[in-house]
Amino acid sequence: MNTIKINIVSSSEEIYSGEATMVFATGTLGELGIAPGHTPLLTGLAPGPVRVQNGSEEEAFFCSGGFLEVQPDLVTVLSDTAERADSLDESEAIKAKEIAEQELANKDATLDYAKASAQLAEAVARLKTIQKLRKKQ
Amino acid sequence: MANTKEVRKQIASIKGTQKITSAMEMVAASKMKKTQDTMLEGRPYSLKIKDVISHIATANSEYPHPFYEERTPKKACFIVVSSDKGLCGGLNINLFKQVIAKSSELNEQEIGSCFALIGTKASGFFKSVGGEVIAVAEKLGDKPNPDDLIGLTKVVLDMHKNGEIDQAYLCSNIFVNTMTQQPNVEQLIPLAPIEQDEPNSTQWDYIYEPEAKELLDGLLTRYIESLIYQAVIENNACEQAAKMIAMKNATDNAGDLIKELELLYNNVRQAAITQELSEIVGGASAV
Repeated sequence: MNTIKINIVSSSEEIYSGEATMVFATGTLGELGIAPGHTPLLTGLAPGPVRVQNGSEEEAFFCSGGFLEVQPDLVTVLSDTAERADSLDESEAIKAKEIAEQELANKDATLDYAKASAQLAEAVARLKTIQKLRKKQ
Repeated sequence: MANTKEVRKQIASIKGTQKITSAMEMVAASKMKKTQDTMLEGRPYSLKIKDVISHIATANSEYPHPFYEERTPKKACFIVVSSDKGLCGGLNINLFKQVIAKSSELNEQEIGSCFALIGTKASGFFKSVGGEVIAVAEKLGDKPNPDDLIGLTKVVLDMHKNGEIDQAYLCSNIFVNTMTQQPNVEQLIPLAPIEQDEPNSTQWDYIYEPEAKELLDGLLTRYIESLIYQAVIENNACEQAAKMIAMKNATDNAGDLIKELELLYNNVRQAAITQELSEIVGGASAV
């Protein structure tokens, strides 16, 4: 049976590395199924499960976003460790500047809102993964 | 002549210091192992993202990214990675020297400098030296989180996007081995084109979902973040190694000092005894 190499890494560790007959992931534009010999593809990942099928075995990983690269014989998943949203990055940037200016951090309500909404999105996706996994068992 | 009590007090105080430095040496040695492990754990991601970036370089992308674009430089940004704590020998100061040298070299070519600082030591140093500081990330701890660097990276990349800076340099220590740490100033932006093993024979490009621009922006930002994160954890390993060596030297020096003082103590004691004896003899003969 044809297999494709798959690597899942996050910036602080290697999560999975092995062979697969089929890989399923949640792209930003929808669910993806990748079989060996897939055409080169580059896509963003939405928070959700990444499932690796090898024959009858299947493993699932939770991924809170990141990037997916497909080469005909290779799939690379670059997973983010944290929730990322533009508004959240913005607030981090402002924080770094604030420290630079030695200002007292004055917590802005809107920044906390951005963080909370990104966390909520991740929590929902995490729940979905768990529910999907439960159904299978 | 110093009296015996004074010398004894000095010896006791140096022995106390020696105990502290040798304890710190052991702490640094055990932390060094951990920081080296962290350094190795981070490696797969940086290797993989480098692979992906090099694949992208071989693809005939419709969108050339600004990070590769060579502009006439007017201003450069130095991202300086330092430790949060001191007592690690010349680790930080050697790096700062290189940064200052590079900065004045650019200055001669009429290129301005600004600084984005990681670590308490860097922010302290550049506060006293002066220079335009645009962002600071401090107190990352022994196991830094990649998230703590997002803000700083974004400040630098935004300035590049807006044309306020044209170059970025990453300044950090490279871990050669436990005894040697190499200060290094490396150009981050514009990104050096990745060497291609084979000439671009086939014309191919990715399917991008959604847009090429959006994806490459995100991916290259992650790439730069991962380079900075790697530099930070490598610098951490350097810090612990340098601290271990510095504390070992301090312990050895304290040992030498104690030996010298003990010699002095014995001399003083012997001199006092001799003096007493000669006084007794002198007294007896007078009677």
